[in-house]
Amino acid sequence: MATSIKDLPRDEVVMKGHGACAGCPSTLALRIAGKAFGPNAVCVMTPSCTVASLGLIPKAAYDYPILNVCFATAGSSASGIVYAYESLYKKGKLTGEMPTVFTWIGDGGTYDIGLQAISAAAERNDNYIFICYNNEAYSNTGVQRSGATPKFAATTTTPQGKMEDKKNMPLLMLDHQIPYLATASLAYPTDFYDKLVKAKNTRGFKYIEVFAPCCTGWKFPSSDMIRISRMAVTSGAWLLYEAENGKIKFNGPTAKIMEGKVELSPLEDYFSCQGRFASINRAANKEEIIAEAKNKILADIEFMKKRAAF
Amino acid sequence: MANKIYDEKYPVSYPMHGAGGKTGDWRLLTPRIDREKCSKCMLCWVYCPDAVIDRETLEIDYEYCKGCGICARECPRKAIVMIREEE
Ligand SMILES: Cc1ncc(C[n+]2csc(CCOP(=O)(O)OP(=O)(O)O)c2C)c(N)n1
Ligand code: SF4
Ligand code: SF4
Ligand SMILES: [Mg+2]
Repeated sequence: MATSIKDLPRDEVVMKGHGACAGCPSTLALRIAGKAFGPNAVCVMTPSCTVASLGLIPKAAYDYPILNVCFATAGSSASGIVYAYESLYKKGKLTGEMPTVFTWIGDGGTYDIGLQAISAAAERNDNYIFICYNNEAYSNTGVQRSGATPKFAATTTTPQGKMEDKKNMPLLMLDHQIPYLATASLAYPTDFYDKLVKAKNTRGFKYIEVFAPCCTGWKFPSSDMIRISRMAVTSGAWLLYEAENGKIKFNGPTAKIMEGKVELSPLEDYFSCQGRFASINRAANKEEIIAEAKNKILADIEFMKKRAAF
Repeated sequence: MANKIYDEKYPVSYPMHGAGGKTGDWRLLTPRIDREKCSKCMLCWVYCPDAVIDRETLEIDYEYCKGCGICARECPRKAIVMIREEE
């Protein structure tokens, strides 16, 4: 049965007074992960906003042993930790429950710079949880475009709006035939929590991607972070699903969209509340652009319906 | 929470509140909860990215609350308002 908000554990991995922006989606996501994993976990991070928000020595803002590694080892560092643990447990040098090993990596580290080693770890079915928090840009270095930035979104390297479509990273990972994969949204924190717990209890390589609207990079008021997370799902711009051993199941509002029980909320509303899409509002061919973006969403939904029927 | 002081030998950080400073100073607007309206649904608690709302009492820790306004925006009872603090 799905967990309710009041059943969420008390564990707080996020210390008060961390260095992230007001309304940061990445820290909220990590806070929920801390509830799902409990105190017995080890985390790997690549350079990102989350690392920057850890704060200054001798204080650290997140209550886990955290290894900061270089981008290219986004996938392999956690593999090494898991191999070391498994061998120490086998030799009897460690006893008790093995810590949950997970990575906490941005979309830049996942979609682009770390991709090769992530693919290799998935193929080896290494026993850890790869978590990507997707804020659709290289936020920490000043919001440059990434492979996860959607078409038309302005970043500092695409000031007129990105011209290319984003990659479909969750689908790419699904086709590595891993035992568990899920997408999540912060507007549905208990769904995210349940997925994290499922991943924790599954052996092998797990991939979870959480959508993370970044007020600083996307140019919206910090108070709208959850609202925009929700609109991304209801407009179809972000699909919620999970796949156990490759079998896809849609969740929350996405399930209703797939069954044709609810209409998509207007994409225009999702665009108009974010400064990164401001050039669409100014464009002479505004209707055309929104129609193109909407058609892409409809095509993705049709594709995922067929993919789920396999 | 570990509370070790700075280790002279190794550059190791330990989890502590205020790693980014007294972040309450960043706040422009301050959330205030109206207890009469609140139904204790806990949505504000779960959505706070700074973990500054107490789970039991729903007391806000103003030393660290950054004033992002998410709690006020998401409260289904409109029990939280963002106010400008007096000097
Ligand atoms: C090999 C390498 N290239 C570039 C950088 C600079 N760098 C530091 S953080 C960062 C952004 C990472 O973006 P993402 O993974 O999406 O995380 P976010 O900052 O958005 O949280 C970059 C490019 C680096 N540290 N190492
Ligand atoms: S969200 Fe509003 S009603 Fe719910 S507990 Fe917080 S203040 Fe009370
Ligand atoms: S304003 Fe933001 S930081 Fe302050 S209590 Fe509300 S959600 Fe938390
Ligand atoms: Mg990013």
